[in-house]
Amino acid sequence: MLAQQLVNGVLLGAVYALFALGFTLMFGVLRVINLTYGFYFSAGALLALWMARQGAPIWLALPLAALGAGCVAVVLDWVLLTRLRRIQAPELSSLMVTLGGVLALYSALTSWLGPDIRRLPPDLVAADAFHIGEVRVTAAQLLILGATTLLVAALLALMRGTRLGLAIRAMAEKPDAAQLMGIDTGRAAALVSFISGCLAGAGGVLIGLNFNAIHPYMGEAMMLRGFVVIIVGGLGDIRGALLAGLALGVIEVMTAGYVSSGLKEAVAFLILVAVLWTRPSGLFGRAVLRRA
Amino acid sequence: MPPWLDDLLWTYQNLVYALGVNGLLALSMYVVLAVGQLSLGQAAFMGLGAYSSALMTLKLKLPFLAVLPLSVVVPVAFALVIGVPTLRLAGVYLAIATIGLGEVLRAVYLNVDLFGGALGLSGIPERATAWMIYGLLGLAMLALWLIGRSGIGRAMEAMREDETAAQVMGVPVQRYKMGALLASAMLAGLAGCLSAHVSSFIGPNEYGFEPAVTILSYVLLGGIGTPLAPVVGAWVLTLLPELLRGFSDIRLVLNGVIIVFAVLFLPNGLLAVRMKRIGARTAA
Repeated sequence: MLAQQLVNGVLLGAVYALFALGFTLMFGVLRVINLTYGFYFSAGALLALWMARQGAPIWLALPLAALGAGCVAVVLDWVLLTRLRRIQAPELSSLMVTLGGVLALYSALTSWLGPDIRRLPPDLVAADAFHIGEVRVTAAQLLILGATTLLVAALLALMRGTRLGLAIRAMAEKPDAAQLMGIDTGRAAALVSFISGCLAGAGGVLIGLNFNAIHPYMGEAMMLRGFVVIIVGGLGDIRGALLAGLALGVIEVMTAGYVSSGLKEAVAFLILVAVLWTRPSGLFGRAVLRRA
Repeated sequence: MPPWLDDLLWTYQNLVYALGVNGLLALSMYVVLAVGQLSLGQAAFMGLGAYSSALMTLKLKLPFLAVLPLSVVVPVAFALVIGVPTLRLAGVYLAIATIGLGEVLRAVYLNVDLFGGALGLSGIPERATAWMIYGLLGLAMLALWLIGRSGIGRAMEAMREDETAAQVMGVPVQRYKMGALLASAMLAGLAGCLSAHVSSFIGPNEYGFEPAVTILSYVLLGGIGTPLAPVVGAWVLTLLPELLRGFSDIRLVLNGVIIVFAVLFLPNGLLAVRMKRIGARTAA
């Protein structure tokens, strides 16, 4: 029982980590808490649902939906934030503009598609399950494990091993200096939005598979997890987000299993507040806080 | 009161209440924005005020004159727990924590029996009146106007423009930020108590993400030049869906778009009452 909960928790946490990675990357490089981020999650899930209904297999629908969500992210970033970046507007302006944007997007999507919960076609992923001792792992869960591992590895390889990643890290460190060194910061910003959007979109598809419930507002509920993970992991900290995401998944599953499933959000929020009181730079953070 | 006016008020009773309550909510957002912070907790604070006051009336049978002032207690407590750690940090922390608060409370209302689950609480006696709502709204506007005119008002404006500079000039920045957040929680809590006691029913979905952003759109439409502007913003956005048929479907889309446009193109609000001062900061 405990082992089963642990496995379920780690798999859920892997998706949380994936989702929060894009969020924290966006903040780390672009210095913006982009509240439209949850919308990419919804967009990815809905795109995959649409493609699956057209008969696309999951190995096609998942990457295409992720890429589609990445494109949505680039467009939204361009519409909402380029102007504010150019005039170096205060952070509250970018928070508010993405907040207004995301309300408009969610409500437009809801009035177009309706608020109902949609289900993926039942034969999208084989219903097989594997047994390792007492632990039961479904094919969907294996897919989640494989896809998140692949995406996280690809992201780390890009950030650590390529000139593009070096440019992005330079921009996170000091945008002005990066620009002086000849980095096209506008293009790098678009690329970061695209990568983040892909990660959120893939997260949406995987959560959609895990719970088999897709609706326009699903990204908004996910944002709470995103906030918890990026604050506990430390804003902008990729490694912190990975660990905090896994931990949050396990804690949620344990709370649902042993306390009450209605309280898992409350527990997540308590963790957020406790970390803000005691270690506001995140559990793994060494970074100097930009104090107000 | 002439009979036609009586009829009119009776017909549009709910709208009359909504205008007053939304005016209070706009002020509650205005107080925080006026010191340069963004809190998305107004709807959550309102919900806390509504649920706590409804429970005081229904379970403890307290008289409304006691319930109304007590309705600020729970929102203020939550504002302290969230405000103390976040107000020391950069502004995004307060925004994040308050958005999270709204999402969490919704889940708690839905899942804890005391709060009635998805059905919410019903049968709340209608003890508030339009006089109380508008009396409080008037008082709050007067108080905020007096504060805005005083030295504290200047200090708040200085903080909004440049917090570091204000701090260097000796403005007690932390104290004012905390004071603003607590005042905001009180106003929202009172609004929640009043709205619960005129509508007889409250539910978990009334205090979530959509109302939180809608309250922000009131203030951004009006601007934060004077306490009157946000109230006018709230009234315009509350009246529009009533006046234009078919408008209510896209109400939320419009609220979102207003925020985007206001931030990008009209930083002083559509109804900027006060002229921008000479020498005010241009884009840095």
